[in-house]
Amino acid sequence: MSHSIETQNSAPEKNLGDVLIVGGGISGIQASLDLANSGFKVYLVDKSPALGGKMSQLDKTFPSNDCSMCIESPKFIECSRNPNIEIITYTEVDRVEGEAGDFKVTLIKKPRYIIEEKCTGCTICVDYCPVKIPDPFNQNLSENKAVHILFSQAVPLVTYVDPETCLYLKEGKCQICVGACKTNAIDLHQKPEKMEIEVGAILLSPGFETFDPKLRGDFGYGRMENVVTSLDYERILCSTGPYEGTIRRPSDKKHPSKIAWIQCVGSRQVLPGGNSYCSAVCCAYTQKQVILTKDHDAGMDATIFHNDIRAYGKDFERFYQRAEKLSDVRFIRSYVTVGKEMPDSKNVTVRYSTLDEGVKEEEFDMVVLSVGLNPPNDVQGLAKTFDIELNQHGFCKTNPVNPIETSRKGVFVSGAFTGPLDIPESVVTASGADALCGELLNYRRGRLERERVYPPERDTSQEELKIGVVICHCGANIGRIVDIPAVVEYAKTLPGVSYAGENLFACSTENAKQISDAIAAKGLNRVVLGACTPRTHEPLFRDTCREAGINQYFFEMANIREHCSWVHSREKESATQKAKEIIRMSVARAAHLEPLQEFQLPVNKAAVVVGGGLAGMTSALSIAEQGFEVYLLEKDDDLGGMARRIKYTLEGMDVQGHLSALVKKVYRHPRVHVITEAEILEVSGYVGNFVTKVRSEGRVRDIEHGVAILATGAKEYQPTEYGFGTDDRILTQLTLEGEIAAKSDKVTGAQSLVMIQCVGCRQADRNYCARVCCSQAIKNALKLKEINPELEITILFRDMRSYGFKENYYREASAKDVKFIRFTPETKPTVEVTSGGLKISVVDPVLGQIMELEADLLALSAAVIPADTAVDVAKLFKVSLSPDGFFQEAHVKLRPVDFAADGIFLCGTAHYPKHLTETISQAYGAAGRAICIISGDSVTASGAVCDVTQSDCVSCGACITACTYGAIDFEDTPHGKKARVNAVLCKGDGLCNAKCPTGAIYLKHYTDDEIMAQIDQAMPVRKKR
Amino acid sequence: MCTGRVDLAFVLRAFSNGADGVFIGGCWPGECHYVTEGNYDALFNMHLGRKLLEQIGVNPERLRLEWMSASEGLRYAEVMNDFGKKLKQMGPLGAGEGIEESVLAAKLEAVSKLIPYIKLVERERLRARFKSEEEYEAFFASDDFARLFNELVVDKLAVSQLVQILRLGPLSTTEITSALGLKPSEVSRHLKDSTRHGLIRFDEGLKRFALV
Repeated sequence: MSHSIETQNSAPEKNLGDVLIVGGGISGIQASLDLANSGFKVYLVDKSPALGGKMSQLDKTFPSNDCSMCIESPKFIECSRNPNIEIITYTEVDRVEGEAGDFKVTLIKKPRYIIEEKCTGCTICVDYCPVKIPDPFNQNLSENKAVHILFSQAVPLVTYVDPETCLYLKEGKCQICVGACKTNAIDLHQKPEKMEIEVGAILLSPGFETFDPKLRGDFGYGRMENVVTSLDYERILCSTGPYEGTIRRPSDKKHPSKIAWIQCVGSRQVLPGGNSYCSAVCCAYTQKQVILTKDHDAGMDATIFHNDIRAYGKDFERFYQRAEKLSDVRFIRSYVTVGKEMPDSKNVTVRYSTLDEGVKEEEFDMVVLSVGLNPPNDVQGLAKTFDIELNQHGFCKTNPVNPIETSRKGVFVSGAFTGPLDIPESVVTASGADALCGELLNYRRGRLERERVYPPERDTSQEELKIGVVICHCGANIGRIVDIPAVVEYAKTLPGVSYAGENLFACSTENAKQISDAIAAKGLNRVVLGACTPRTHEPLFRDTCREAGINQYFFEMANIREHCSWVHSREKESATQKAKEIIRMSVARAAHLEPLQEFQLPVNKAAVVVGGGLAGMTSALSIAEQGFEVYLLEKDDDLGGMARRIKYTLEGMDVQGHLSALVKKVYRHPRVHVITEAEILEVSGYVGNFVTKVRSEGRVRDIEHGVAILATGAKEYQPTEYGFGTDDRILTQLTLEGEIAAKSDKVTGAQSLVMIQCVGCRQADRNYCARVCCSQAIKNALKLKEINPELEITILFRDMRSYGFKENYYREASAKDVKFIRFTPETKPTVEVTSGGLKISVVDPVLGQIMELEADLLALSAAVIPADTAVDVAKLFKVSLSPDGFFQEAHVKLRPVDFAADGIFLCGTAHYPKHLTETISQAYGAAGRAICIISGDSVTASGAVCDVTQSDCVSCGACITACTYGAIDFEDTPHGKKARVNAVLCKGDGLCNAKCPTGAIYLKHYTDDEIMAQIDQAMPVRKKR
Repeated sequence: MCTGRVDLAFVLRAFSNGADGVFIGGCWPGECHYVTEGNYDALFNMHLGRKLLEQIGVNPERLRLEWMSASEGLRYAEVMNDFGKKLKQMGPLGAGEGIEESVLAAKLEAVSKLIPYIKLVERERLRARFKSEEEYEAFFASDDFARLFNELVVDKLAVSQLVQILRLGPLSTTEITSALGLKPSEVSRHLKDSTRHGLIRFDEGLKRFALV
């Protein structure tokens, strides 16, 4: 052991790591953090000058409309502060040699003409640079300089020189920047640098490229100024974008009042230069853009020309309804062409046709092309370098039973390089990659790991109060509305304040450092930051305080963005006044803040997985393969779950083959303890230390574990509509699948078959799309056509939601003469059982007349609904359910497999209906997240917990009955029974405080004094009247 | 910290400081971030708070609780605009109710002083837990609740108010009756009891009641 520590620090081993991650977008970032938190050393390489990928360019994210940069940028900083992540930007991978467990990788660092170690990110060089260039981060819609920083929150916060436009690099002239730089960081003679590193595994997360509509020349992009892509439009919407968050159009920078969106640009097209697949994200991002546009300008006229609306994800259906219900928003189902650009106004015409009105041409101020997702640029070169195979579309070819594996052992893939994916799926596959790398490299876990070292904490108990106030501009978000210099001046006058300053982006590395420098230099012992929301940024600034050597609970955040500048954007003066008041309240609170200590809790290294279906088994096996004990609890008498009823996938995977192999592996694995016919009686404890009481075969036992994964699955809805249950020729798709696999007479003898989609969902009482049914119908239709090409198949549908690569099968079904007839929720089909057969009536969408279809069989695409056990399991583990009854994740985008409760994770259809491969990805994702906890020896618990002033306690027990966590009990003291808090169990909700008649029990960090001080400062003027 | 941590004392302090309204924003029922569902506690407290405000003559609508998630910025803005509008209609706290400022301060002080007691009786006698907002509304509107509230809180609050307003100076029975907003018979009962308990006395010279 001592030997390895020595070599680790000696120079030749410097370039030794565990995992190389190629691509620093959200997927690469999440994988880096998970791997680093699981005991591995990571190299995170990106060819761009900064981390962030495409997510950093987005304005908001659907369906929660969180600010994209705001939720992503804290992760940049987390990466840069993690001692086990080495970020190498502006660098490409040149060569990969060796094999799984032992790769030698050659990296080429492109010259940025800046010495990274010397650059402070001050951007003085940018001010001096005489060359203006279109800004790539803003999609060339605004200008930047030949030397610039990619974006304000960039990590690393270092400039780079564009060699194509720099006067010196092009023509040997200029060099003004060299003289302007105070730290001599500019080196215009830099050459590419070669670097060799050794790693055990590689993760590819290079993301995607947006489809370039210029290549095909249709839709006028590149020719007509007011035709923009959806990514251009993200920048136009964004407050850090080219027009600082006001919607303008490129030609004359005027506010457009009528905008058209055109869907499926570059997607679902078999024409040369188009992509045959569906890009999976465009429907939802367009709805988001429409909602945001209407937020900016309620009078805007928005028209969306679309094909099927593919609202197949969690909460997407409601999101679509939200967009559709807005005033002056039209969703028009039509193929379109862009007509002409009006010579004077530069308006753009769009030609479209509707069933009732025929072909029309309409003029718009601006047209947004909802462009699809392409593989990353130079994907062939990438495939060659890493020696991996690509699929027919140029995305990474993956293993169907393990979508995170590439064709090369030891090389994994996550994010949109596996195919069009949205952010949560990119995050899930990233966490899944952590699990798979862990399986491969478990033997070396922790060997290269280093701990983060903070300076010793300053004892401030004898110091006088010195509050520092920093006000953040948040780019233009706050600064454009609130008069920040005035707020800073005001802050200086407040009692206890000894320093006040301002920042452009407090969350940028440079500004965060300025704050920590100010703490040290001015001897501050409380810090108030007037900025955005603590929900996303508090951890970052608490860390900044720790780095500056003061207790992290001395940090207080005043939200002057969401609570002020965003809601009062039209009242600048009042907003400034309100910002002052918010700051005054926070300063008053800060004066009362106490230093608190977080504590370390030991971690039990076993895991419990609830549910022995595909999801649960995959998770359990992965955790076991990584060296940890797993208890797999299944309520039935055997493993397998719903997957037992699925015979094949659309892509042709042999489900039963995979399932039986998996079941065998699970039963045989020495570290997986399968408990069938298990009934969970009770769950107690907390992250790292749960106890689950289980009864099985008459025996009750307590299982101690550190984490739990809930994979309790879902079930098929049993229809009450369309005559289901009255005739055995009416069956659900799952039953039909069984009949097909068995080649029963029912199937082989049939001449005609009708399928009805959306049975039991996309309706008021189940307002969601069950995601899998469209592909399920296509799958069964194709299988049936294989058995009997003459069989007449008609699918009655509302929107075909064969997203991603599944679109190809939809097209194939169409080509094989499967008929698709659209119906609306108002004109649902009706079914009549006759002696001869089944008669299905549906309104013909083109002619508007009722069509009658005779059928031998009717298959109902019944919804996937939550399992019966979901409610009970949620109660036992104290986790929440979504309004539709599925498990509710902690954050829809960035914590898709975590519950809000620490140490409990989710995967599979218990989260939401999903396909098998998606379930497998998510199961690995959950395993990866769980490993982050149990691979460590301890977890950190918050210091903001309750305590009791026992002299004030009157032993009434009100606090004890208020506490759901069982964190409070009585202890015997010389003065009688007194309440006592077990800090480990306390979660800091503070319910007990509001019940205690004497104020004896108090929640640290939210004490009565702290809150009353804030209340008193809310209106001190009126109080004195 | 949960909405259920919001102490009635916080609410009263804000009113005492001159706030015309107090707004509490909580997580939607069923979306508890803690699993404890303290938002129902908040709902209960809000109703109780309104009853107390009503009892001292303050418009109970000045205290408002709404559910909203962190992503519902629009809804938040709408609700706040609406609340602002309603408060403007109500007029400034006290003036809107026709209560003189010093009397209002005394009344709020009277309730604040009673908070520890109210917490005790809330737990012992009043506490109820329901699944829906309607059930809470029905409970607080019920005769059962009214009876309990009268029995446990109303008299105490009247005496507490009596003591607080007499701090402002000696008052006549008529003045006291008008300040307390109670029936003369009840006022006379409170005056008699409080005199007997040695809290107040009748100053024969001033012909007014005063603190002992």
